Amino acid sequence: METLTFEYRGGRALAAPAAATLTGVVGSGNLEVLVEPAALDGACRVEVTTAAVGFGRIWQAVMDDFFARHPLADVQISINDVGATPAVVSLRLDQAVEAFRGGVA
Amino acid sequence: MTVRQWNTQAQNRAARRERAAALARGRHVASADARALLEAVLEPGDRVCLEGNNQKQADFLAKTLVSVDPARVHDLHMVQSVLALPEHLEVFERGIARKLDFSFSGPQGARLARLLGAGKLTIGAIHTYLELFGRYFTDLTPKVSLVAAQAADAAGNLYTGPNTEDTPVIVEATAFRQGIVIAQVNEIVDRLPRVDIPADWVDYVILAPTPNYIEPLFTRDPAQISEVQVLMAMMAIKGIYAEYEVNRLNHGIGFDTAAIELLLPTYAESLGLKGRICRHWALNPHPALIPAIEAGWVESVHSFGGELGMEAYTAARPDVFFTGADGSMRSNRALCQAAGHYACDMFIGSTLQIDLAGNSSTATLGRITGFGGAPNMGADARGRRHASPAWLKAGREARAGRNTIPRGQKLVVQMVETFREHMAPAFVDTLDAWELAEQAGMPLPPVMIYGEDVSHILTEEGIANLLLCRTDEEREQAIRGVAGYTPVGLGRDKRMVENLRDRGVIRRAEDLGIDKRLATRDLLAARSMKDLVRASGGLYDPPKRFRNW
Repeated sequence: METLTFEYRGGRALAAPAAATLTGVVGSGNLEVLVEPAALDGACRVEVTTAAVGFGRIWQAVMDDFFARHPLADVQISINDVGATPAVVSLRLDQAVEAFRGGVA
Repeated sequence: MTVRQWNTQAQNRAARRERAAALARGRHVASADARALLEAVLEPGDRVCLEGNNQKQADFLAKTLVSVDPARVHDLHMVQSVLALPEHLEVFERGIARKLDFSFSGPQGARLARLLGAGKLTIGAIHTYLELFGRYFTDLTPKVSLVAAQAADAAGNLYTGPNTEDTPVIVEATAFRQGIVIAQVNEIVDRLPRVDIPADWVDYVILAPTPNYIEPLFTRDPAQISEVQVLMAMMAIKGIYAEYEVNRLNHGIGFDTAAIELLLPTYAESLGLKGRICRHWALNPHPALIPAIEAGWVESVHSFGGELGMEAYTAARPDVFFTGADGSMRSNRALCQAAGHYACDMFIGSTLQIDLAGNSSTATLGRITGFGGAPNMGADARGRRHASPAWLKAGREARAGRNTIPRGQKLVVQMVETFREHMAPAFVDTLDAWELAEQAGMPLPPVMIYGEDVSHILTEEGIANLLLCRTDEEREQAIRGVAGYTPVGLGRDKRMVENLRDRGVIRRAEDLGIDKRLATRDLLAARSMKDLVRASGGLYDPPKRFRNW
């Protein structure tokens, strides 16, 4: 197991308060994403717990792109990863944030 | 002055048949005499086609060939499309055969590489199907062919049924060049449902002790389709099928394209595309296509071969599938490959590796797997002359701003996730094919689809339209721009990629107006094998190993 933390600043707070959203499943090649409001002084914090060790550089790139797509503020994102590919991680994060922002599709 | 003999081949054929005369009653030979028959008709150095297909295998004749005395039968030159069974290589291990010309060796690829390394055989060439069949009619005509059929009658006519595959082309080449055709059959009946091969093209018929083996190669369990594959299928439908109005097409074998088939009655329907795309197919009877057929999307399907379990379903849908007067499906690999090459507007399929020029290869180190049909389907047909909206639009995009005479172009789409299993990147600087070519002494690296033929690369990150690239540098950045977090993708020039995105050369899901929240398995028209059976009204009968309910 490996734990990685990323923190971004310069995002925008949501217009309306949103409720915590849980997306995905804990299963091989998959991951679980919890998105919740948090008083982080305007920051967006991502905490990753992953079964696959040694992919920090790729996580960094995936998270940088994610924040570029979704510049959030005062949001805590917790990821429980069981060896998902970057494709699955990005899709799951996009789904989680869209659900967090706009309710269920 | 000597007078030249013009019928030496016929004389040779007569001599072979004379040696076997005691073994045959009419065209029929007992299975116990099969080995004696092969030893009687074969001569050292013969070119032999042992029917190995994608699906149907002449397995009894393969076992029999392995059992012949290498002192009598040796140095054979095997000319067959597929190496599927262990026996297909045992003939080389036992010294019965020496040289090989083939198309595909999927399951035997690793062993083939070892035998080649050990000097047990030489390879003439690795062909595409159409090339090998073409050579059957030029310089690689089989002298003896060992084929498989479902049934024979007393006269020796053959019924091949849904899995006709390569049989017609093999038998025609052999029979009309004074060769010998030997068929194994599953049953002998008084009256065949229909005649697929006439008796006077067949020399000997053997009732095999067990029915021939058939591989369910095209069955994909919808339960294994991932959400990323659903997302990619949505991009394919909205970003390519709809934009080019693709109506005549071939799909590859993988889960990526199975996802597209299962999204036609749901997502594509919601986009109002029914009747506007995907009407005519060169395709095996994929179980995953059942929901689209039942929803009225599909007008015709011509097939390379059959698919185990689809017999009753195809027979019940004769408006869609090519069927005989008896009601059962007929397939033909050579004709379907010709349709796939010349009559289809699009090929879309998966691959294992793509390089920075868009060359695509399934070759991996230590395995010689060959090509099968993908290179013929996945190549612009430069002999094509008829127009269609898809062909014209692709041709316009590729030629815009160039001073060339107008012509169309085929859409050739490579669909891959940026990482395969175990985080192996699908995008690479150098294809493994180069090292394999060196190891195996090949004249060329084995490339499945050349970059110059690839029109689009589709990954979970988006679609790169290579038709619109004007320089090698643009092409490279377009590929890097959809290569995700692979080293190739991370090596992109971000500004250039954003510029390509502004020009529509690269399009992301969001650029196509795709709501990623819809990319779930709920969008699949069937989510399990049981759903496919239900969609077929109980007509589809999956092989046991796919029955998981």
